[in-house]
Amino acid sequence: MLNYVLRRVAIAIPTILLLVVISFVLMYAAPGGPFNSDRPLPAQVMANIEARYGLDQPYWKQMTTYIWNVVVHFDFGPSFQYRDRTVNDVIAQGFPVTLTYGFWSFIVALVVGVALGAAAAIRHNSWLDYLAVGISIGAQVLPNFVMAPILVLVFTLWLGWLPGGGWQGGQIEYLILPVIALSTSYMASIARITRSSMLEVLNAGFIRTARAKGLPTSRIIWKHAMKPTMLPVLSYLGPAFVGMITGSVIIDVFFSTGGIGQFFVNSAFNRDYSVIMGITILVGVLTVTFNLVVDLLYAWIDPKIRY
Amino acid sequence: MTLKTHLLAGTAALFALSGAAHAESHAMTEHPETGEKLAADQSFTYRVLDEFPSIDPNLIEDVEGSHIGRNLFEGLMNQDDKGDVVPGVATGYEVSEDGLTYTFTLRDDAKWSNGEPVTANDFVYSWQRAADPATASEYQWYMGLMKIANIDEVISGDKEPTELGVKAVDDHTLEVTLSQPLPYFPQMVTHTTTFPVPRATIEEHGDAWTQPGNMVSNGAYVLEDRVPQEYITLKKNPEYWDAENVIIEEVTALVINDENQALTRYLAGEFDQTDVPAGQFPRLSEEYPEQAVSVPNLCSYYYNLNVSDSGPEALADPKVREALYLAIDRDVITNNVLGGGQKPAYTLTHWATAGFEVPSIEVAQMSQQERNERAKELMSEAGYGTDGEPLELDILYNTSESHKQVATAVSQMWKQTLGVDTTMANMEWQTFLEERHNKNYEVARAGWCADYNEASSFLDIMQTESSYNDSGFSSEEYDQLMAEATTAEDPLPLYTEAETILTTEFPILPIYHYATVFMMDENIKGYPLENAQDNWYAKDLYRVAGE
Repeated sequence: MLNYVLRRVAIAIPTILLLVVISFVLMYAAPGGPFNSDRPLPAQVMANIEARYGLDQPYWKQMTTYIWNVVVHFDFGPSFQYRDRTVNDVIAQGFPVTLTYGFWSFIVALVVGVALGAAAAIRHNSWLDYLAVGISIGAQVLPNFVMAPILVLVFTLWLGWLPGGGWQGGQIEYLILPVIALSTSYMASIARITRSSMLEVLNAGFIRTARAKGLPTSRIIWKHAMKPTMLPVLSYLGPAFVGMITGSVIIDVFFSTGGIGQFFVNSAFNRDYSVIMGITILVGVLTVTFNLVVDLLYAWIDPKIRY
Repeated sequence: MTLKTHLLAGTAALFALSGAAHAESHAMTEHPETGEKLAADQSFTYRVLDEFPSIDPNLIEDVEGSHIGRNLFEGLMNQDDKGDVVPGVATGYEVSEDGLTYTFTLRDDAKWSNGEPVTANDFVYSWQRAADPATASEYQWYMGLMKIANIDEVISGDKEPTELGVKAVDDHTLEVTLSQPLPYFPQMVTHTTTFPVPRATIEEHGDAWTQPGNMVSNGAYVLEDRVPQEYITLKKNPEYWDAENVIIEEVTALVINDENQALTRYLAGEFDQTDVPAGQFPRLSEEYPEQAVSVPNLCSYYYNLNVSDSGPEALADPKVREALYLAIDRDVITNNVLGGGQKPAYTLTHWATAGFEVPSIEVAQMSQQERNERAKELMSEAGYGTDGEPLELDILYNTSESHKQVATAVSQMWKQTLGVDTTMANMEWQTFLEERHNKNYEVARAGWCADYNEASSFLDIMQTESSYNDSGFSSEEYDQLMAEATTAEDPLPLYTEAETILTTEFPILPIYHYATVFMMDENIKGYPLENAQDNWYAKDLYRVAGE
């Protein structure tokens, strides 16, 4: 097991380095630059700015300096767009926000999704099943960029119950709408996967055996069916969790949460090289980490899996 | 009607500003000039599209950041509700006979928020800092525009910042030397780049001096709190020299990227001002006549025709260019496509520009039918169009719904009237800028906003050497006119002549002059609706008690 983990970590390092190099190349291949604007700057002014940010250096040198600073000093450099902040500041401010609403969305999506999917499977072909399937299809076809404005229209403008945006340090009333908007479609996917997975498990031989033994249904579900049901769900949860905690630009744009998703997209449009790199690396590291966590969880759930 | 009430209120604020107001202490219950009953809550909250790249006056590079800069800091001169120059930290100025030396007299009661006096040295430090290559401010180009002596050499690093043509004669006298006379120089010092910055604070905190808790400022407000991408809050500055006439106690800007979402939240009463999304103005002004406001905004929208060597052959013919110019039905675009108070443009300079009169050209008086007839004639004379060689053109624009709508309308008009086939190509912003600048286009959308409220700010862009002249137009006569205008006693005839050259050569096709449309809580008064640059100061606003 330990061996496996070490091996995975050893593979992760070149993976992330490769990610950095490819991102760097793509970024510089894109037309424009962080300081190009509608009104072109006089050459001398541009030269002063490029000198300040080291953009006058050859690309390979910029890249190696960058990697060196990140690895040795854990310094992601200054933001080119936000003059009074560094990339570390941007991440330190935005990531906790995203982590908070992402985490709660994950919990909501997981709990509601699994409950809905399991209930549908257990009461297969009943009204409960149809209702659950209906809800999950409905939630799936309502993407969050449609959900978000509708939620604000209903809960802010019509009912006046909740603020339509802002964060205020993550107070609960500011958290509710983003969490609903972000978790809905994940919840729908989890419900569908859980349902089909559980239907399969419930038809398996060992469940029939358990039934034949006369075990109560609740015990069969919780003790025997739940764990194998979760296997396909789990492989979905890894990337979904990373997706949620690294932010959704839609949530940030519509609810002005100040999360990291917004910075990610803006930095790409503004060619804010250092912010693009910083967040790419963050997302890369998280993806690799959670894929590993999921793989380890597999072994825990299914004893047949050995590393 | 809404406009009128706002205008009256604006004028009232002007009197308050000019110091005629009674000295009244905190918690006013009535407006000192108009006698209107004031609300207990004197806060002003508005929406901004995006986070400010910086709130350091020397570095501010966006319009929304400038609003924050003008509230936190105060420069030599301010603008009143019509955009005219009024005293700020300086009580006035004198110009030398040759127009090259400006001497500003600073008021002796101006203070920083830490109680220190604001002196001429603070301005000297700020201007030197803005021009210093090490500061790497994008707005060094603006300092260049101000023609301060030695500015280009300082920016290029050939001279020390201390050699810049600005010096403190004494604590309250600032002397600026220019390299050439600039009649609108006082207008230029209302811009944030020229505002004073606190040397001791910057030296103590470095780049972090703009953080809440660190920042010291000299304007009517101080920085209270700031969460990037979420909000920024300013509080009234008790040390401000005119604090007793400042009514609004707290100013908050909320960052909301999505304009429709912002509108919903505005309608839910969450804040006092937000932009109107494209195309929604007619509906909103009908539903909320007291709140929907349209004001001129000093920007012009036009199409560049590539007349350089890389452009298509057809566009080298002025007749074709004129035909394209004539066949655009601008009324349809302003009324039906945009519908937000924009005005049709037949010439470049915005109609609301100070001291400028739109030249009365013949085309503007014709009916669209007459224009179309003339356009068809020109086109067939040139040998193109329905009974000539087929003409195909690409229209390039940056990705945006409203640019797309305008391009669609224009391409329909050209097709119907002239038989020109167009392809519309949209590109992401940075790519678009590069393609246009490299002249890899045939027809390209452009918008230009004035840097200062004077016609040359528009007309300069068509000079041969201008970095924004993407059409490839070059006319010696034009360049000469613009050079003469900088020193002319009355430059207006020269500007008219320059516009006339543009409307005989047609390197660009002006389409409309911008207007800003926004929703504003009807209880907020004092907004400068006649300031075409939309330079507002929170110190001039106030909230009246609602019924």
